[in-house]
Amino acid sequence: MAEKKSLGKELTKGIIAENPVLRLVLGTCPTLATTTSVESAIGMGLAASVVLICSNVVISALRKVIPDKVRIPAYIVIIASFVTIVQMVVKAFLPSLDEQLGVYLPLIVVNCIILGRAEAFASKNPVLASAVDGLGMGIGFTAALFLMGAVREVFGAGTFLGNSIPFLSENPMLIFILPPGGFFVFGVLMAAVNKLAESKGKKRAELRGCEACPMAQNCALNKKEVAES
Amino acid sequence: MAKKLTVSASPHVRSNETTTGIMLDVIIALMPALVMSVVYFGLRALTLTVVCVCSCVIFEALSRKIMKRPNTVGDLSAVVTGIILAFNLPASMPLWMAVIGCLVAIVVVKQMFGGIGQNFVNPAMTARIILMTSFPTAMAKWVVPFTSAWHPDAVTAATPMAVLAGVQGGDVSAAGDALPTLTQMLLGAHGGSMGEVCSIALICGGLYLMLRKVISPVIPFTFIGTVAVIMLFAGSFNLEFVAYQLLGGGLMLGAFFMATDYSTSPINKKGKIIFGIGCGLITSLIRLFGSLPEGVSFSIILMNILVPHIENMTTPKPFGEIKEKKAKKEANKA
Repeated sequence: MAEKKSLGKELTKGIIAENPVLRLVLGTCPTLATTTSVESAIGMGLAASVVLICSNVVISALRKVIPDKVRIPAYIVIIASFVTIVQMVVKAFLPSLDEQLGVYLPLIVVNCIILGRAEAFASKNPVLASAVDGLGMGIGFTAALFLMGAVREVFGAGTFLGNSIPFLSENPMLIFILPPGGFFVFGVLMAAVNKLAESKGKKRAELRGCEACPMAQNCALNKKEVAES
Repeated sequence: MAKKLTVSASPHVRSNETTTGIMLDVIIALMPALVMSVVYFGLRALTLTVVCVCSCVIFEALSRKIMKRPNTVGDLSAVVTGIILAFNLPASMPLWMAVIGCLVAIVVVKQMFGGIGQNFVNPAMTARIILMTSFPTAMAKWVVPFTSAWHPDAVTAATPMAVLAGVQGGDVSAAGDALPTLTQMLLGAHGGSMGEVCSIALICGGLYLMLRKVISPVIPFTFIGTVAVIMLFAGSFNLEFVAYQLLGGGLMLGAFFMATDYSTSPINKKGKIIFGIGCGLITSLIRLFGSLPEGVSFSIILMNILVPHIENMTTPKPFGEIKEKKAKKEANKA
């Protein structure tokens, strides 16, 4: 990262401009799977954010120690340790949330947002900036999950955080809590956030070749491109 | 030079056919089935149709306005979508649910993808499937003909399709009184969606469209033909079983009015044959082995999604062109 950004910018970029779910389209699987209710959406968002901040800090602190060739396994070990801690805490203190999230809680290990931030940011930036980046991305992820969870729970189950809403609770539109409804809400939210970011003068989220890809350094395609240019 | 040469972009040959004219023909073709459904289910059926048509037209006008595109209400396509969607619903469907269906059909499926001719799946069909997954109880309330559909506790019964799904090896006589007679099936005096029950009215409408050359007979015939052949084998050559399968459910409505939608079916004949056979195959498989009694809507949607690939497969070869392999061979020879 050649350009230097202020810490404030590192924090706010994760919320709209580079929202991990709605603009970078990372972590789609937990997004679709855990947003059937607001409660599990917030739970998932917070759990992933904690892991994201902690792993960003540790990876950033060890960025000069980890050999380049084995960095992905090293990152996974670090991330997995934090996921285990979070999982144990959730199991001990919030067993009902653990039941709701099910397999998606341990699956945070392979969440691309966390690995992506480790690769694209934490491995190249100092500890404080990485922590702030993790916090911003975590807020963005949680906010996106909360929005999706709210829309899906209100229309699909007629409740909000478990409190039933008149009329809607008697006639829930089941499709919203089924997988196809998840994709509909995801697409519409993505369009809305794109519009919002565009109106603020940001570029439309699109495939920008290799620059945005965390794997660009090792990618055969990118090497070919560099060789050609 | 008395007369200047006019140079203009193609198309150079124009016909007098307009979208409005075609849609008007479709509306005329749908009228007999509408009349029959009013006969069977009373004015509730007419109310449902009017609500669907009005809300489709309003949604079309509003979404065109919001998207700052020219108004296309005049081409009557929204009216057709409204009628067909109403035909796909039980006569007792709560009206606000039908309005949600219209919203899905017009705004989500049609206008978000660019309006008429740009939708990649049939709007009415998608709306039906979304309503079916959203409100399974309301969408499975099959009112018995000649009873009041207004009443919230209207008399309902299983559709012939649900009864047929339980029939083993094509032995329809085993079902006894649960199945209506074949004449009743043809005339429509049995439970089902509002507009799908009267097969004879739908067939008349379909034939009218073919005579007017609005639809080509290829898709309906391959679709219905495939179902007939598969059911012949599945029912161990019991012709009565085949007749029930052809007249029951949404097959006639789907084959004549929805599978033939221009923007969601292949252009040339070969593609249309593949499309029709595919629809028939998926319909039969769902009816015979699926957990749902009826599969016409899913088969049409699935084949709609495959249409771009069918088009790629069946692109006609330009006159005089030879295959790439052959061309290489000949180049090597020379």
